[in-house]
Amino acid sequence: MLESFDAVLLARIQFAFTVSFHFLFPAFTIGLASYLAVLNSLWLWTKDHKYLDLFRYWVKIFALAFAMGVVSGIVMSYQFGTNWSVFSDRAGPVIGAPMAYEVLSAFFLEAGFLGIMLFGRERVGPGLHMVATAMVALGTFFSAFWILSVNSWMQTPAGYSIDPDTGQFLPENFWEIIFNPSFPYRLMHTVTAAYLTTAFIVGGVAAYHLLRRRRRREQPSEATKTMFSMAMWMAAIVAPVQIFLGDLHGLNTLEHQSVKVMAMEGHYESHPNGAPLYLFGIPNDETQTLDYAIGIPNLSSLILKHHWDAPLDGLDTIPDEDQPPVGIVFWSFRIMVALGFAMMGVGLWSLWARWRGRLFEAPWLHRAALAMSPSGLIAVLAGWVTTEVGRQPYTVYGLLRTSESAAPLDAAAVGTSLVAFIVIYFAVFGAGTFYILRLMGHPPVFGEPKLGEVVKGPIRTAGITPAPEEAVRRPNAVNPGE
Amino acid sequence: MSFDLTFIWAFLIALAVLIYVVLDGFDLGLGMLFAAERKRGDRDVMMNSVAPVWDGNETWLVLGGGGLFAAFPLAYALILPALYAPIIAMLLALIFRGVAFEFRWRTERWRGVWDIAFIGGSAVAALSQGIALGGLLQGIEIDMTARAYAGGWWDWLTPFSVTVGVAVMVGYMLLGATWLVMKTTGDLQDRMRRRAWFLGVVTVGFIGVVSLWTPFLQEGYYSRWFSSWGIGLATLVGLAVLTLAGLMFRALYVHRHDYWPFILALAMFALCFVGLGMSMFPYIVPTEVTIYEAAAPRNAQIFMLVGAGILLPIILAYTAYAYWVFRGKVDPEAGYH
Ligand code: HDD
Ligand code: HEM
Ligand code: HEM
Repeated sequence: MLESFDAVLLARIQFAFTVSFHFLFPAFTIGLASYLAVLNSLWLWTKDHKYLDLFRYWVKIFALAFAMGVVSGIVMSYQFGTNWSVFSDRAGPVIGAPMAYEVLSAFFLEAGFLGIMLFGRERVGPGLHMVATAMVALGTFFSAFWILSVNSWMQTPAGYSIDPDTGQFLPENFWEIIFNPSFPYRLMHTVTAAYLTTAFIVGGVAAYHLLRRRRRREQPSEATKTMFSMAMWMAAIVAPVQIFLGDLHGLNTLEHQSVKVMAMEGHYESHPNGAPLYLFGIPNDETQTLDYAIGIPNLSSLILKHHWDAPLDGLDTIPDEDQPPVGIVFWSFRIMVALGFAMMGVGLWSLWARWRGRLFEAPWLHRAALAMSPSGLIAVLAGWVTTEVGRQPYTVYGLLRTSESAAPLDAAAVGTSLVAFIVIYFAVFGAGTFYILRLMGHPPVFGEPKLGEVVKGPIRTAGITPAPEEAVRRPNAVNPGE
Repeated sequence: MSFDLTFIWAFLIALAVLIYVVLDGFDLGLGMLFAAERKRGDRDVMMNSVAPVWDGNETWLVLGGGGLFAAFPLAYALILPALYAPIIAMLLALIFRGVAFEFRWRTERWRGVWDIAFIGGSAVAALSQGIALGGLLQGIEIDMTARAYAGGWWDWLTPFSVTVGVAVMVGYMLLGATWLVMKTTGDLQDRMRRRAWFLGVVTVGFIGVVSLWTPFLQEGYYSRWFSSWGIGLATLVGLAVLTLAGLMFRALYVHRHDYWPFILALAMFALCFVGLGMSMFPYIVPTEVTIYEAAAPRNAQIFMLVGAGILLPIILAYTAYAYWVFRGKVDPEAGYH
């Protein structure tokens, strides 16, 4: 018994680790694919060379991030079977179909057109190349659509019945399964999150080059300025939208998964006359108290129930064995929300700088944008941890416990593979991140080389000492097509 | 009118796996052949010949796994824990192989490291796929009342499964070599012709060994292949494989054809696959669980079939288009060399 419990714990850690790593890449590539489609359209439309330069600049980074997203994703689709086989057998009849649709409608679309997008502009002409770029962007969106539908069904199951013999969930109505109660909110909030993530990375890179040019008393390139401006528009417009969507999402969670909200809010005890919004506190599951709590009276009731003194139940109404771990959920939620407001702050600041005509001469704004560049990635992980840990102790909310979902696992086997995943992910994706950062260390230049183009002339790459032959070429992917 | 939806789904998943095997097969084979080609320019050309299409090729693996999950959830839940180690090894190997396509061009100093990742990733992925196939063919122990795998953690490891693993490696290399005969010119192409010849002989040998070994693994296979029609059929398949091999050698050497060897090698793989299907049908976990016992409910099958019916033809069309866009020889003067 103890042994199998350990194996389940290891399997959970393994799943959380691999899916968190995986999601970092889509969070960036969903937004970046759309950004590339926009840049390419602007280039075709205006014929302003800076858009083509920006496209070529970001497409190199996209190729790297996408490859890492794909290989880490394949791991995910097999993990369901290797580690969660009971869950797969039970829930497969219901969630298998949307996952199959994801492969058919999203993964093939991305993969089929990726080659043309990366290497085919000269071969197929600008029109079809634009189509390919748009298809890749559309594919990333479809991917998010289906997988979030699956995840949402696990949070708020609908449209199913349960087979009394096998315990399998049987589909009754696929419309209700796909458009289950939390799905619309989760889809909007997550896709918006991906756009914000990308906006802050793009903005951070632009800010870095603005700051560097300023230190050297040089004029930044048009491309760099455009990049910064576009990113800051996104921050200013989308961050407030995201906060609004987050609020809606939270209300929906309150309706369907009120226990999760209790954990997010740190409400161990019920508040019959209006609940406070805790800003700080140390959740203590042992004593079921929030220690050192600092809160604003009645604000939580106002946010969640739109009424100062609306009563809110606390975890004291829930049996211990049905409670999620409060500490993790409480803090990850606060990290996400704090970052959301910080993003909005940067957006508003940029509006003010823009209004004063100093968007490109505002070093403190640029420093803030640079510091915030990974904020999207962190917020996204924090949000997912809130969602997934808050769903505990269930995999299918209220119906199938996590402890009953695991495969008949051997702790040694899961432990070994977990160590292998950790070592290999850090090594391989660490190297990939390094290459991405190195590409970002160059500003976009006029006549930005294509993916795979050999650059004549002494362009040095930051970070590595050029070998003799390297002085005349830049480490780019080769282009088989052109 | 009643369609045997379960059979259709079994066929579709088998088709996805076959497409995966031949498409990613030549990618992985090419990756292993990397080890023998030391010249930088040759390696660049080899990798460029698959760079635009490898991601699409690998997606068929996701369809195979995802399709199994969706259409035969019980089989998915039984097979994957049984083959835990080879599957994890394959996933990790595919990570190295996949990122090498991008990382290799991003560094001078570490290029050699990513070349090794490419070779090693391809080799381990091919070996684990073969071992997984062998492990499945030889049968896995299950507990049907618990609907769970009941064997140990090393059950997959037998002389048979390792033999199938090596056979798959060699077969993939054959696909890779014939692909390169099609996509390259000059010295590299000549070397690939010679390699294809040698690999072809070894592949046929392995096909023989595995085919003769399989009937003795499980009673079900034996009675099937050594029934009167079974023997006839087996002889027929055997002769067909030999004919295809003969034609392939002729195309390689006598006619010095560029693309026929590849097509004939693909046909050889398809034939073996049909043979495999005949051994296994109607079991999905030989010889314990049939496709009918493992199938998802009918409404799920219908729902998915609508999507597959519409989307698969579209997928095949744009995949073919992508191959068409990048048709012809790889230009060694383009890009890096
Ligand atoms: C850039 C990323 C980002 C930002 C700035 C925010 N969120 Fe978020 N949030 C996510 C990214 C995210 C996410 C990663 O996309 C999650 C995880 C699962 C999901 O549905 O979305 C999420 C989940 C999530 C949930 C959990 C819902 C559930 O589990 O059922 C709530 C209640 C909120 N968010 C609310 C907010 C609020 C009130 C925010 C603003 C102040 C906010 N989020 C900012
Ligand atoms: C949308 C697709 C997703 C699905 C279908 C999914 C499904 C699952 C499953 C099956 C588990 C294991 C059982 C469990 O421990 O509850 C799990 C756990 C977990 N997942 Fe997700 N997940 C998804 C996305 C994510 C993402 C993007 C993250 C990113 C951070 C994430 C974070 C976690 C964490 C932290 C756990 C561990 C929770 C715990 O065991 O306490 N999930 N999820
Ligand atoms: C446990 C849950 C998940 C599974 C099983 C999974 C599976 C996969 C697989 C197999 C791939 C590779 C596809 C290919 O071969 O081209 C992939 C890539 C991708 N996934 Fe996931 N995924 C999961 C979670 C998520 C989530 C939560 C999102 C977004 C909301 C997402 C979005 C994407 C995108 C956009 C790609 C394309 C590659 C990239 O952009 O980096 N996935 N995923």
